Amino acid sequence: MATPLLQVEHLEKSYGDVHILHDINLTIATGSVTVLLGPSGSGKSTLIRCLNGLEDFQSGQLTFSGQPVTPNAKTWQQLRQKIGMVFQSYDLFPNLTVLDNILLGPLKVQHRSKAEAQEQAVKLLKEVGLADYQDAYPRQLSGGQKQRIAIVRALALNPEFMLFDEVTASLDPEMVRGVLEVLRNLAQQKMTMLVVTHEMNFAREIADQVVFLEEGHILEQTPGQQFFANPQTERAQIFLNSMDF
Amino acid sequence: MAHSGINILFAGQNFTRLLGGLWVSAKISIVSLVIGILLGLLLGALRTLKNPVLRTILRLYLEFFRIVPTVVLLFLFYYILPKNFNVNLSAQIVAMLVFALWVAAEMSDIVRGALISVPRHQKEAGMAIGLNGPQLYRYVLLPQAVGLMIPATINLMTRVIKTTSLLLLISVMDVVNIGQQIIEANRQVYPNGAFWVYGLIFILYFLLCYPLSAWARHLERRQNNNA
Ligand SMILES: Nc1ncnc2c1ncn2[C@@H]1O[C@H](COP(=O)(O)OP(=O)(O)OP(=O)(O)O)[C@@H](O)[C@H]1O
Ligand SMILES: [Mg+2]
Repeated sequence: MATPLLQVEHLEKSYGDVHILHDINLTIATGSVTVLLGPSGSGKSTLIRCLNGLEDFQSGQLTFSGQPVTPNAKTWQQLRQKIGMVFQSYDLFPNLTVLDNILLGPLKVQHRSKAEAQEQAVKLLKEVGLADYQDAYPRQLSGGQKQRIAIVRALALNPEFMLFDEVTASLDPEMVRGVLEVLRNLAQQKMTMLVVTHEMNFAREIADQVVFLEEGHILEQTPGQQFFANPQTERAQIFLNSMDF
Repeated sequence: MAHSGINILFAGQNFTRLLGGLWVSAKISIVSLVIGILLGLLLGALRTLKNPVLRTILRLYLEFFRIVPTVVLLFLFYYILPKNFNVNLSAQIVAMLVFALWVAAEMSDIVRGALISVPRHQKEAGMAIGLNGPQLYRYVLLPQAVGLMIPATINLMTRVIKTTSLLLLISVMDVVNIGQQIIEANRQVYPNGAFWVYGLIFILYFLLCYPLSAWARHLERRQNNNA
């Protein structure tokens, strides 16, 4: 088997005395889509944030592209160029135009040439249908548009891995489709992704594998089709029944 | 012949001397504000870091300049420090130094308050695209904090300008000091000189400070409406 893009071994995470994540073991293959499911408060956001260093963790080993990750500020700052993340709240920088939001990372972090980075930014904006909004400010955009720009901003660093934490959860229903479409296209382009979502139809369609988390334990890590057709645990069965499709 | 008291302002060089004194006050205000605000930006940013030692030191620095009356600070730097440390600074330099340190202290609190009210998500979004600490402040946090800092900063400016009226106590030739000299020198000819001289000084300070404080109020109101 090829080297996985990301391997998580025995990760433990607590906030103070509260143990949030228990012995997390997770393998993510290059070019695959993993959907992380679980009830509210099960630790999905906490886990995903541990994977790009926004949360620290007490013990465990991460291996990215075959390289063990030493969790310190410097390593994470480097790795975040390869591990993009998009949040539920579409937090574009309100003081910058769309284009400047997108170019900040490529220019200041990666020190790429303005011409080249801008060409790529424009191309990415076209792909998400927002080529006309380069000079707009975030406040002039709808939630769905902002979220697509936030995705472009992450992609502009040419990441190898993308984390999506409920990126459609605070959008109006009519905005959700456009954002899911962007994720679908990324999956088709073989971007490796870890997606937290409550859009179950979308999850079923896109998931190569499903990781089911409950109270900080991974109860299942199974191929997508199998999870939705025939979940292994009763807890997952109950969870699936509780969701609307 | 009955003198009209207002002429005291125009006798001899009086008017230009008063304006010259005002210029000294303005110069001290401007220099100390520029230095103090820049230093305050740095200190305010440092105060948002987690380092407990740094935080305590900067907190003490702020409290010192806030609690000790400005007059005492001026005396301390003008009369006491030179004696004990053998440094001789001109009164104007001492004034600029004290005011700059004071502005930096107050400013650090304004900056810190504005920085910590930038939503946490913004910081995380910046980290997620790989910005390092200084870049995060430079491109994400400070630009968003500046808008929140402006009204309080303008109010600080007016306080600094007003406080320059204390500078005569360390014999800076500011507008109040010159005004007193003019009143003394003309006591025989213009017994009511004080009224006119202080009246003019009042108007001059008003002209400097009122536009600033009106501007600050306007910005504050606009922010409250937007919030
Ligand atoms: N900063 C924090 N301090 C203490 N506890 C926290 C903190 N952040 C999260 N938690 C706790 O950790 C647990 C997992 O939270 P997390 O946000 O990861 O869940 P989630 O699965 O993403 O939930 P949701 O579906 O509602 O987003 C919850 O019990 C939450 O209360
Ligand atoms: Mg969450």
